[in-house]
Amino acid sequence: MDIKANEVLDAKGLACPMPIVKTKKAITNLEPGQVIEVQATDKGSTADIKAWAQNTGHHYLGTIEDGDVLKHYLRKATDEETKEERKHEDIVDLDELRKVIEGDEEVSILDVREPAEYAFGHIPGAVNIPLNELEERFEELNKDKGLYVICRTGSRSDFAAQKLANNGFKNVKNVVPGMSSWEGKTEKDN
Amino acid sequence: MAKTIAPKQLAQKVINHEETLILDVRNTDEFDNWKIEGGKVEVVNEPYFNLLDGIEPVESKLAKDKEIIVVCAKGGSSEFVADLLEEAGFSNVYSLEGGMKAWSEHLEPVKVGDLADGGALYQFVRLGKGCLSYFIESNGEAAIIDTARMIETYEEFANQKEVQIKHLIDTHLHADHISGGRHLAQKVGGTYYLPPKDATEVTFDYTPLEEGNDIMVGNTAVKVQPIYSPGHTIGSTSFIIDDNYLVTGDILFVKSIGRPDLAGLAEDWVGDLRNTLYNRYKELSDDLIVLPAHYSFAEELGKGGLVSARLGDLYNRNSGLQVEDEAVFRKMVTENLPPQPNAYQEIRETNMGKITPEIEKQKEMETGPNRCAVEG
Repeated sequence: MDIKANEVLDAKGLACPMPIVKTKKAITNLEPGQVIEVQATDKGSTADIKAWAQNTGHHYLGTIEDGDVLKHYLRKATDEETKEERKHEDIVDLDELRKVIEGDEEVSILDVREPAEYAFGHIPGAVNIPLNELEERFEELNKDKGLYVICRTGSRSDFAAQKLANNGFKNVKNVVPGMSSWEGKTEKDN
Repeated sequence: MAKTIAPKQLAQKVINHEETLILDVRNTDEFDNWKIEGGKVEVVNEPYFNLLDGIEPVESKLAKDKEIIVVCAKGGSSEFVADLLEEAGFSNVYSLEGGMKAWSEHLEPVKVGDLADGGALYQFVRLGKGCLSYFIESNGEAAIIDTARMIETYEEFANQKEVQIKHLIDTHLHADHISGGRHLAQKVGGTYYLPPKDATEVTFDYTPLEEGNDIMVGNTAVKVQPIYSPGHTIGSTSFIIDDNYLVTGDILFVKSIGRPDLAGLAEDWVGDLRNTLYNRYKELSDDLIVLPAHYSFAEELGKGGLVSARLGDLYNRNSGLQVEDEAVFRKMVTENLPPQPNAYQEIRETNMGKITPEIEKQKEMETGPNRCAVEG
């Protein structure tokens, strides 16, 4: 699968600790929410990057093996993700979303996470438009249909839902908390 | 630059029960799976990536003047952290050369005893994996039982002792480590022995081990007597050396017993295992010194590094030998199984000659503990 990243870090041929030392440095230059692709050949880097991300709060998305090269994807944590305050009032929880999906009503699911996050697992049929591209891509969406907006934890989708509502979308629901707790079906990009 | 310590020096500290403080900087999952143990080793785990901004997470756990040995997977991160510790004022810091990878390969020879008509028996302790192999030398000749992959160590030892390696014997088809027996036999022109029932799928020639066909080391000086003792595998064979020592392979350990499931036949082989432990071995002399192919617990490593016990004593204190009821035994052995050793299927295929992975791949396959025992 082809995954979009904001930054690519070449750590090929380096032994630990260097892949993580370099990742740590590179991620400070990223905007919160952006995705970095770390290319490494040290087999131990997968487990270490995962554990490091967990300890630092950055979001480990996954690893793809490309021949001898391991491509690790990380998303830089944002402050707003941890904020509880939400402004879009029409929210649904995951159970409700599951019922809607299983029901007869024709709905759209909009996944506003980064393409790399989406690629490693999303609800089947969900459309991916990352939050920062949403304003340029409103016309891809149907204004009159029910639109369920989802991200990882419910905060980016909250921003997205507000933007959509302010631009004439009539039936927008923010799905909370989001993919981090979704236990229903998912699919991956191939 | 921080100082380094070789695996050999660390091995000496472990087997001599010297107080040793280790800072293991691998990630916690790997640490929990497999770490340096034994003797008076104390280990603190803090992944190196938590120390990139400073050593505060470990500073309070370590004394500045005490000797600290930093360990990681391959030796790079430990050097990095050792330097950080030195910069922070720690004065006695070492990085383990080659990390756990090198530690996994180190073999430490420990003398078991002299043999009756001259010659001696040595146990090679692989501290990093808990594997034990045996070197019998007598009258200019040597036999090795359960040879590890690192055959150079045995060759050097044979050179020092001025003996010629003649017999390479495996107690069974191993699933936790790659046998060096076949390669060493090829290299020195020796004979490689395997139990025929474990060798039905092997792709090379070997000499079958059979009860009654004793192997002589150094003309007729030392007798190595095969005893068919199935259970861990269908072919598992034990050896009585010099009428004094019982090499049990993966059937009987000091604190535990073998597991019958690594070829996928636990239900079939558990009856054999019981028969070997509760009948066959019982017919042998209580005074035999049991020498197993593994140890699983740090406390099994005696002072000086020797892992052994008197057979009669094991019948009194090894929990695997105290189960009177056959159904209870069956349940214990088939339901209490620990996780399987790393890459055990590929290791079995390598030992059968079906695949020949590159050396780096072989090293990787062997990482982790041996896990050949039932921990009842």
